[in-house]
Amino acid sequence: MATPKRPLFLARASYRRKRLRDAARLLPLVGLGLLLLPLLWLPEIRATLVAGDLIYMFSIWLVLIVVAAVFAPALRKRDGREVDED
Amino acid sequence: MPFNVLVTACLLYVIALFAVAFIVERRARLGRLGWLRSPLVYTLSLSIYCTAWTFYGAVGYAARSGLEYLTIYFGPTLVFIGWWLLLRKLVRIGRQYRVTSIADLISSRFGKSNTLGVIVTVIAVVAATPYIALQLQSVVLSFGVFASAAPDGLAPPDAGRTAIWVAVGLALFTILFGTRNLDAREQHHGIVTAIAVEAVVKLVALLAVGCFVVWGIADGVADVMARIDTAALPAWHVEPGRWGGLIFLAAAAVITLPRMFQVMVVENDDEAQLVRASWAFPLYLLLMSLFIVPIAVVGLERLPPGANPDMFVLTLPLAEGQGALAMLAFLGGFSSATSMVIVEAIALATMISNHIVIPLWLRLRPRAAASEDLRGVVLTARRLAIAAVLALGYGYYEVSGGYAALATIGLVAFLGAAQVLPALIAGLFWRGASRIGAMLGLITGFSVWAFTSFLPSFGPGAALSEAVFAEGLFGLAWLRPQALFGIEGMDPLMHAIFWSMLLNVVILCLGSLLSFPGPVERLQGAAFVNVFEGEVGPQRWARGQAEPEALLTMAQRILGEDAALALFQAAAREQGRDDLLPDPTPAFLDTLEARLSGTVGAATAHAMISQLVGRAMVTVDELMAVASESAQLMEYSAQLEAREAELTRTAGALREANEKLMLLSIQKDAFLSQISHELRTPMTSIRAFSEILTEGDLPPEVVTKYARIIYDEAKRLTRLLDDLLDLSVLENGTVQLTLGLAGLQQMLDTALTVARQTQPERSFTVHRDLLSEAIHLRTDADRLTQVLINLISNARKYCDAAKPELRIAVRQRAGRVTIDVIDNGRGIPQDAQSLIFEKFARLTDANRAGGAGLGLAICREIMTNLGGSVAYLPGQGGAAFRLTVPLRLEIRGDGPAGVSAGLLAGLSRGISEGG
Repeated sequence: MATPKRPLFLARASYRRKRLRDAARLLPLVGLGLLLLPLLWLPEIRATLVAGDLIYMFSIWLVLIVVAAVFAPALRKRDGREVDED
Repeated sequence: MPFNVLVTACLLYVIALFAVAFIVERRARLGRLGWLRSPLVYTLSLSIYCTAWTFYGAVGYAARSGLEYLTIYFGPTLVFIGWWLLLRKLVRIGRQYRVTSIADLISSRFGKSNTLGVIVTVIAVVAATPYIALQLQSVVLSFGVFASAAPDGLAPPDAGRTAIWVAVGLALFTILFGTRNLDAREQHHGIVTAIAVEAVVKLVALLAVGCFVVWGIADGVADVMARIDTAALPAWHVEPGRWGGLIFLAAAAVITLPRMFQVMVVENDDEAQLVRASWAFPLYLLLMSLFIVPIAVVGLERLPPGANPDMFVLTLPLAEGQGALAMLAFLGGFSSATSMVIVEAIALATMISNHIVIPLWLRLRPRAAASEDLRGVVLTARRLAIAAVLALGYGYYEVSGGYAALATIGLVAFLGAAQVLPALIAGLFWRGASRIGAMLGLITGFSVWAFTSFLPSFGPGAALSEAVFAEGLFGLAWLRPQALFGIEGMDPLMHAIFWSMLLNVVILCLGSLLSFPGPVERLQGAAFVNVFEGEVGPQRWARGQAEPEALLTMAQRILGEDAALALFQAAAREQGRDDLLPDPTPAFLDTLEARLSGTVGAATAHAMISQLVGRAMVTVDELMAVASESAQLMEYSAQLEAREAELTRTAGALREANEKLMLLSIQKDAFLSQISHELRTPMTSIRAFSEILTEGDLPPEVVTKYARIIYDEAKRLTRLLDDLLDLSVLENGTVQLTLGLAGLQQMLDTALTVARQTQPERSFTVHRDLLSEAIHLRTDADRLTQVLINLISNARKYCDAAKPELRIAVRQRAGRVTIDVIDNGRGIPQDAQSLIFEKFARLTDANRAGGAGLGLAICREIMTNLGGSVAYLPGQGGAAFRLTVPLRLEIRGDGPAGVSAGLLAGLSRGISEGG
């Protein structure tokens, strides 16, 4: 099936919206990367829990939530026709 | 705390929940839901992810394995903040296709296959059973804690009896509110709201205990931090595999757990709810886990060694003498357990009744579809299923005897549910995923999970004999449940995740690649994968011969009389009929099927309508055959059309060619008559004067005069013939150019000098810009000079100003040179501008000056041959011509080329006269 014809150049607003969607798709990957940091700790050295670890984890978590909250309202807006995964 | 007070508190709490659910149900029936459908309620209802396992177990988990408990929340956080990737599509499909459960989604995606529905249902039930047992266990444990704390009052029953009472109570509550009626979309507003209330209770309870621990027992945040550092929680070491694997597992579970699917997809009303939840639900999770480590650390410090860390949330306030806080914590844990069990039971009951009981019933009693009140059957099936699910949970609890730490069972259940994930993801994003592949993948994943994780979770010697653990199944060493394929040394859970998911995905892909899906399957696949590209909606029903009455009867039995009547009436009105019964058009049958599938699942709804529409129903295969036949016909007619269009085109081309030929013929005639006229005039005078001369007897001066006239006329004749010859050579493109570098300034000098011979009596003021003329062109200098001479001579001839002036402007731009020759005369009138380059075009006879009207035609041909052009430049205050030539002309045949006869003739004429 031929892919539907899509406009090659977009107005500034829709261009912004598309990039925002890209950012929204990237967000969980970035989050995963940051949260996987403990993989790098060496078990022999980091044998116990330090309060700093806790602070790191919760800070990352909070930042992800805030960013998602900032993205959310703008992602809801639609442009005329809905085009998925572009 | 006295046991009877505790029981009273629980009962009061449950009655309050009843009241909430009841009021909301009533408002829902009246259609006044209002803020109850707000994103906030939706987000709070998602909190059933946090079960008693979270509420009690997380502290124990932290006390045992440090930060690892966070992975259980990181997974869902990532899934929700990345809602645009997956959840958005999932929720959209759920709404659009009225999905009733995760089994229904998988079954309808893969061609409404009920077999798949059954498989997913079985997996879900098996995976959920230990989880439900876990909730019962936690309630029993918490009861035990309170009872032991207060030996006075009513004697508490033993654990088994507590469990059975809790199970029965929950079953009653769920049946009462989960199966009151059959909703078109399987939504339960009352229950969802009650769960939202419970979500608030458990959050408040956990935060209250946390605050008490941080600011009541410890001395603020800094002190807690210091205590964490000094406590040195023992087994804290991140095993990289477990850290990553658990995040994945939790992420998979939040999508595939039946209860999560129920609140997230089935109970969803619009996208706004999901948008809000995308960040609010992670925030809820963060708050829930914020105080886990402080509670664990302080609990380990304060409570006697050997105290069960799973119960710290409860025992810590009790030990500190905070009865009310402990009560709140108890209610929080109770909330967590009950809300999970209620929703899980509803979700499982829907699956069991839609995919197992009703299809069985219809198979056993084929006439039932049309003749019995199925609503009753469906509701009874649901109720029995709820009871059965709780009985299973209780049975598991009894058999296992509340053995393991809470976290272990929870993770086993997660992995079981996650087996659906590959089929789900593949179904949503890969059109090629097929029923066979999904089926094989699910069965493989389920079997591997059961063998490596579920059965071993009972402990060695329980479900699997110790021999199997040590030597493998059937004595095959590579079939050991915790060292599959002989690979040892893995964490048992990671081992199970790795092998079950890997084999699941591989078999799913292989099965999909090697099988060929049926038509319905392919249509459904396209519809699901492209859900955002508008309706691909397969037209599933041909105009059946089903009696509308029979359809109505059936619909009434499933949807209820009022709803069915309303649906049929609306359809009839849409078809423009006055009576109640619409025609069974394909569109109507589709709508009906969609509505029915909202209640009994896609596969069953499809089967029921097929029974009624019966033989008249055209199968999709037949439709495909018809479609391909008509496609052939269309192709044939398209070919005919193409041929016809070609004929029309050819005829048009012929007509055009004919017209062109006619035109050329007319032009040729005109040209010939013009030529003859031009030749005849001088010939006439030559003949006349030579005749006079032959008569003799003329005075010598007259003879000289006549001879002079004859000579002039002959010269004019020659010139005319030369011009014609030159023009024909140029037009045929057979002219040979002599290319070389030449200065434009010299060419202009030559041209001006030569042109002065034309009307030498007039004196022109010439304006030139010598600097701009200092250009060396690679071109045919003689030819270009000839054109210049012609233009300048024309100016001299036709410029009618009193003080004639001539301006020559040269410009060089982008590899091309333009030369403008402008005089200050009257110029050429607009209507004549297009004619002047035609052959024999002369504007007035007044100034003929002996020209044949071929000069500009020749100029144009020369310029074309030189790769440039000549054009009339209007609006310059006089006659103005613009020559354009390339700076470097590169064409065929460089080098010394012979100068053609035409060129010579033209040049000599140009030099002698100026055309």
